[in-house]
Amino acid sequence: MKPLRSLFLAPAAALMIVTIAVPLAIICFYSLLTRGAYGGVERPWTTENYRLLFDPLYGAIFLRSFWIAAVATALCLVLGFPLALFIARSGSRKNLYLSLVILPFWTSFLIRTYAWMFLLRDTGLINTGLQAAGLIHTPLPMLYNDGAVILGLVYGYLPFTVLPLYATLERLDKSLLEAAADLGSPPWNTLFRVMLPLCAPGIRAGAILVFVPCLGTYLTSDLLGGSKTILIGNLVQNQFTAARDWPFGAAASLTLMAVAMALLFAVRRQGEELL
Amino acid sequence: MDAILELRGVSKHFPSHRAVNGVSLEVQRGAFFSLLGPSGCGKTTMLRLIAGFETPTTGEVWLNGARIDHLPPYRRNVNTVFQSYALFPHLTVRGNVEFGLRRKGADGIEAHVERVLEQVRLTGKELRMPCDLSGGERQRVALARSLVLAPDVLLLDEPLSALDPHLRKQVRAELKDLQRRVGVTFLFVTHDQEEALSLSDRIAVMNAGVVEQVGSPQEIYQRPRTRFVASFLGTINWIDGIGVRPESTRISRERPQNGVNTRLAVVTECAFLGSVVHVAARLEGGEALVAEIPPQGPAVSPGDAVHVWWNPGDELRFSP
Repeated sequence: MKPLRSLFLAPAAALMIVTIAVPLAIICFYSLLTRGAYGGVERPWTTENYRLLFDPLYGAIFLRSFWIAAVATALCLVLGFPLALFIARSGSRKNLYLSLVILPFWTSFLIRTYAWMFLLRDTGLINTGLQAAGLIHTPLPMLYNDGAVILGLVYGYLPFTVLPLYATLERLDKSLLEAAADLGSPPWNTLFRVMLPLCAPGIRAGAILVFVPCLGTYLTSDLLGGSKTILIGNLVQNQFTAARDWPFGAAASLTLMAVAMALLFAVRRQGEELL
Repeated sequence: MDAILELRGVSKHFPSHRAVNGVSLEVQRGAFFSLLGPSGCGKTTMLRLIAGFETPTTGEVWLNGARIDHLPPYRRNVNTVFQSYALFPHLTVRGNVEFGLRRKGADGIEAHVERVLEQVRLTGKELRMPCDLSGGERQRVALARSLVLAPDVLLLDEPLSALDPHLRKQVRAELKDLQRRVGVTFLFVTHDQEEALSLSDRIAVMNAGVVEQVGSPQEIYQRPRTRFVASFLGTINWIDGIGVRPESTRISRERPQNGVNTRLAVVTECAFLGSVVHVAARLEGGEALVAEIPPQGPAVSPGDAVHVWWNPGDELRFSP
């Protein structure tokens, strides 16, 4: 059995090593070198790239990224929970609703983000519509701010909270909710005392699935946030393109990864699978 | 008599079937009242109508002199012990028992919890989680968290069916004892005739959404009003349309004396059960029957031609 198992595991293991471990090692290696004059890296070895991250300028970018990811995650959970509950209780139409939730994945995320630009910009559908209706005279500033980024993130990642929440709500023993009512608990009390605690695994899974990619996002912040909203993802991207500081970009992306991993382990409960 | 719970012409119709059909019922204060019937007879729906998980299509439910059928479950002073117990898995034994008390905002929660846990013999297990308890202990937590709220009626939905068979008899005795001590009215749903007969003060036998008969266990067993009640409680031999219980059916090799009803039969099987012998026989007409005879009587064996007889007074008759 054992040799056979190794044989079947080998291709996946090789792929993981080539596509994850090796690039990671390269990034790690680069982050400890000095930037080259025209991109690339040079000697000598240094830890300066990591020290630079403690500069208040970059600290602010990190904080802002965490803030935006946290707000987007919270909104996804608050909006996703009622939706997941509705789907879990819609009987035979469950599968239809679930496919509607994942329907947006059939189109590229890039295209969907551009679609939001067309909706939100000064000459976009919403502003021209409101102006035509005479409700506003000057366009509302809906694009190129933190709000637009959060909107784009919530829109893009909502399904990632709905699906795990749906999975836990669907398994939730209905007699527990009846028992709560039977013991004198009105619906809102049952929600907080019984339903949410029992959905904790789904809430954690949904939060991780949204928070981690939001933390590293650069497309949404680039397109919907404009030059005003620089997040860690944009910082890293910049270092490898315009700024030509590969070692600093490598250090920033490794730090982001380390923080995300640390958070993952912090919210993980003893004996519980992550996802 | 003082009825604590009263159902007046209660019906519950689901799109697919009629679960309960015009049931009227009175449950006396302090009684151990059983709803007995086969699965699908509507007894669990009745319980859910009283608890408030379903609203009746027609009819009224009265509790302690007030109409309750329009109230949500959390505003009815009845509590339920669920078939699967439905303990909150994220709360300790104490947390489960306190759940309802906290909502009520009662004083001296701790003293209440302590007393009820003592009543169900769970003292010392306050901090256990439900998953660390045995089936019997879980059932007692379910009882405790309902009883601590001092309900007017405690509803029990087949609470013994989730237990091991060997535990069931012991728990049955404990349940009866507990009911006597706390004095709360129990409405007990079961499909097990032995449970109903041994526990109840009164039994309502249900079939296909209607109550066929209400009475004491003795009345129900000895004077069943319908064929369904007669055959659902205990075994019954049907001989020419007349019902005779196995314990009233006699078997002998010799022709019995006059004044009894008798038939000729052939023994097909004998089973010695210690205190009684079950003799299965086939009448000349082909009908099978069972007789329970004392083991010290004359032995019969399969293939013997015998007389089957019974006293006319032991016959059970039903209006068609």
